[in-house]
Amino acid sequence: MAAEQAAREQMNVVVVGHVDHGKSTLIGRLLADTGALPEGKLEQIQEFCRRNARPFEYAFLLDALKDEQAQGITIDSARCFFRSAQRDYIIIDAPGHVEFLKNMVSGAARAEAALLVIDAHEGIRENSRRHGTMLSMLGVRQVVVLVNKMDLVGYDLGVFAAIEREYTAFLERVGLEPAGFVPICARDGVNISTRAPWYEGLTVLEQLDAFPKERGRAAQPFRLPVQDIYKFTAGGDERRIIAGTVETGTLALGDAVVAYPSGKRSAIRSIEAFNRPPQRQVAAGEATGFTLNEELYLRPGELLCRADDAPPAVSTRLRVNIFWMGKAPLRAGRPYKLKLAAARVAVQLAELRSVMDASDLSSSRGKTQVERHDVAECVLETAKPVAFDLASELPVTGRFVIVDNFEIAGGGIVLQALSDERRVLEAHVSQREAAWESGAVALHEREARQRHRAKLVVAIGPDEAALRELGCALERRLFDAGHAAYYLGLSNLERGIDAGVFDGFERRDERVRRLGELARILTASGQIVITVLPEADQADLETLRALNAPQQILTVQQSAARADALGLATDLVLDPGTALPARVQSIWSLLEDRQVLPDFVI
Amino acid sequence: MDKLDQLEAKSVYILREAYRDFRSLCMLWSIGKDSTVLLWLARRAFFGHVPFPLVHIDTHFKIPEMISYRDNLAREWQLDMIYGENAQALAEGETFPAGKVDRLTCCRNLKRDALKHTLAGDWPRYRLDHTSGQYQLDPSREPYSGVIVGARADEEGSRSKERYFSPRDQANEWDVGDQPPELWNQFKTDFAPGTHVRIHPLLDWTELNVWEYIERERIPVVPLYFDQGKGQRYRSLGCWPCTQPVASTARSVAEIVAELRSGKFARVAERAGRAQDKEDGGGLETLRREGYM
Repeated sequence: MAAEQAAREQMNVVVVGHVDHGKSTLIGRLLADTGALPEGKLEQIQEFCRRNARPFEYAFLLDALKDEQAQGITIDSARCFFRSAQRDYIIIDAPGHVEFLKNMVSGAARAEAALLVIDAHEGIRENSRRHGTMLSMLGVRQVVVLVNKMDLVGYDLGVFAAIEREYTAFLERVGLEPAGFVPICARDGVNISTRAPWYEGLTVLEQLDAFPKERGRAAQPFRLPVQDIYKFTAGGDERRIIAGTVETGTLALGDAVVAYPSGKRSAIRSIEAFNRPPQRQVAAGEATGFTLNEELYLRPGELLCRADDAPPAVSTRLRVNIFWMGKAPLRAGRPYKLKLAAARVAVQLAELRSVMDASDLSSSRGKTQVERHDVAECVLETAKPVAFDLASELPVTGRFVIVDNFEIAGGGIVLQALSDERRVLEAHVSQREAAWESGAVALHEREARQRHRAKLVVAIGPDEAALRELGCALERRLFDAGHAAYYLGLSNLERGIDAGVFDGFERRDERVRRLGELARILTASGQIVITVLPEADQADLETLRALNAPQQILTVQQSAARADALGLATDLVLDPGTALPARVQSIWSLLEDRQVLPDFVI
Repeated sequence: MDKLDQLEAKSVYILREAYRDFRSLCMLWSIGKDSTVLLWLARRAFFGHVPFPLVHIDTHFKIPEMISYRDNLAREWQLDMIYGENAQALAEGETFPAGKVDRLTCCRNLKRDALKHTLAGDWPRYRLDHTSGQYQLDPSREPYSGVIVGARADEEGSRSKERYFSPRDQANEWDVGDQPPELWNQFKTDFAPGTHVRIHPLLDWTELNVWEYIERERIPVVPLYFDQGKGQRYRSLGCWPCTQPVASTARSVAEIVAELRSGKFARVAERAGRAQDKEDGGGLETLRREGYM
């Protein structure tokens, strides 16, 4: 009995609709009809109403907060719980006021089904349509439309049918097909849990119970956004565990896997769990962890896929639909942060294709920015490649949020992967170079005097201390040979021009950008600039290469034990087994080969 | 996956998000069943480890069994255990009922203020030294930017509005009217300097879910939750002057689950035994906005 009870299904349902169309009343009624109210709660609210000389309303049950009771509107999504014979429900009451759209969106985004309430007397209003649009964008596919306050139109089914026709046509435009329409009177409990004599369709409760729980995620391609990599060595635990939640598909011991965007491959050695018997397989929905056959240098944010499944898209350019909730508009030229599955990456608005008002779908093509409550189709460009799916194929790995000034300001879905280019970066560099202000001395004059070419040398690898040692040894050797060489310490940037750039994985993108701009200036002074970037990936190197142009870059990787573990393409791979002078000599020889060092001036 | 599996997976996901994005993270452990389930979920999320400190606000009015249970579990599970307190209010008798203030002021002093200053690091923190088994003054005064809390949406009205990741401003206040959006499984993990974020992995759990999970996972809980032969037990744990036991003969987790599912408490609010909720027509919400849990 106990196990059977705990094994009951649970479903999240959001209630949306225009302000005052009766969402809270509907929920209050559902709670009362299903016996979900705590003892004394109803009496407590009735007492509150009596003391305040207000007529009792079911809505007060939900409006537990003082300022809500004062204003009489729901400002945030509140949760409450009830159960039917079929399953347990969490009901999310979403506010109908447009100022609280972000709260409505928060409520709807965690729902598996939605009840959309329309006042029979007032008819379809601005937020009836806006909420319909948002449900479609958020991927809520199971929707029932409730035409409420039927008593106000004398239970005229002609009114009901007209609303059904008009609203069905609207939902069709946003690509949503409702499961049904129910004529109700929430206040009097008409067609909520019991059927009125004049009505033959499903009641609200029957409609809810008829929704299937979302299934079939396990049958889709395997996707696990890598949330983190744990190695709790302090507790004597030597396991290197890749942790994350399986979004879709299944994975078994021994399966070959590929991480995107890095493209690194391995196979599953073990599935890890605390206080559980050994497991051979994991499936969609499970928060899990495992170890790999090879100790790959993976980063949080990669998308782990099965080698025999269809791969995700990997690109820097995404055509998307977004909705904007930020106080400041979304506009080009400003850096934002994209959070997609487990990835966090710097992103910019590259192209604005069309902007729509979500409440009437009227389009304004001339707009140059996306304002609060707008819905837009646009192209985003990320600072480095990101792995994703198209929302039409795999919704959970095809949607994202945009963070502006510490807040989630927008959300969206991916429509298309565009070719993997860095157009925003390229446009920036070409504009910068066209306007470059030069001094009286040309670079080639400096190079002739200094007897070397200007160059940026970047050393990468897992061991920061070893890289620093290498960089300084190279600087010393170049200097002693009479060259203008400068070791640029990254920690100086952190305390200097990067001060105020906050900590965190995504901030690396901004750090790399600043380093690239600084390198462009320093190499223009004719020096050989040496720096180290311990955690660099291929995209970081490409960013530096682009920003340092027109000067040239030389990339060197000093790997740990496995030369290919980083999987990066660089000009030189150093063997860490050799002595420091030999490694410096390898770089020196390459600088000669590339004619950075003379020979070239006789 | 059944309902408990789903709730667990979501909580584990939230805990891992918090651990990934917050450098200075802690978990509040009230010793009650909810935050003990939270502690267990952390062990599930981090494969047997709890990679952040557990902070307990000791009002010194807690029922004594709670403190011995706390320290026993901290030793057994090798937890990084920290407590904080309002030493001044205790010394000056700004407490209820022995002191000179009412219930809510007592809560403000011993819970809200102690919590605020313990999190900020400007009042002393005491850390369990596993070698000596004693608490010692913690030299670290680093403020916590992420605080994991075991609040549930079904506890009372104001909590039903909480986000999974809920920002608190510089004055520790919660702006109920202007909360950040949460979309799908993307939460507010970015925060301005000086602010901090409360993280609520248990938001979707009900009291019944918590007990069902305790039963399934065999999680040790304070014996005060069970009838010891006097026909009464605690349903909710707090300070002894303000928390009353309820009449019940439930002696085991299974009996509590049965009682909640269809027995005498199926429709009685959990915090019915907490006196401070009834004063001020919403005292808990006021405290909550001001930064208490």
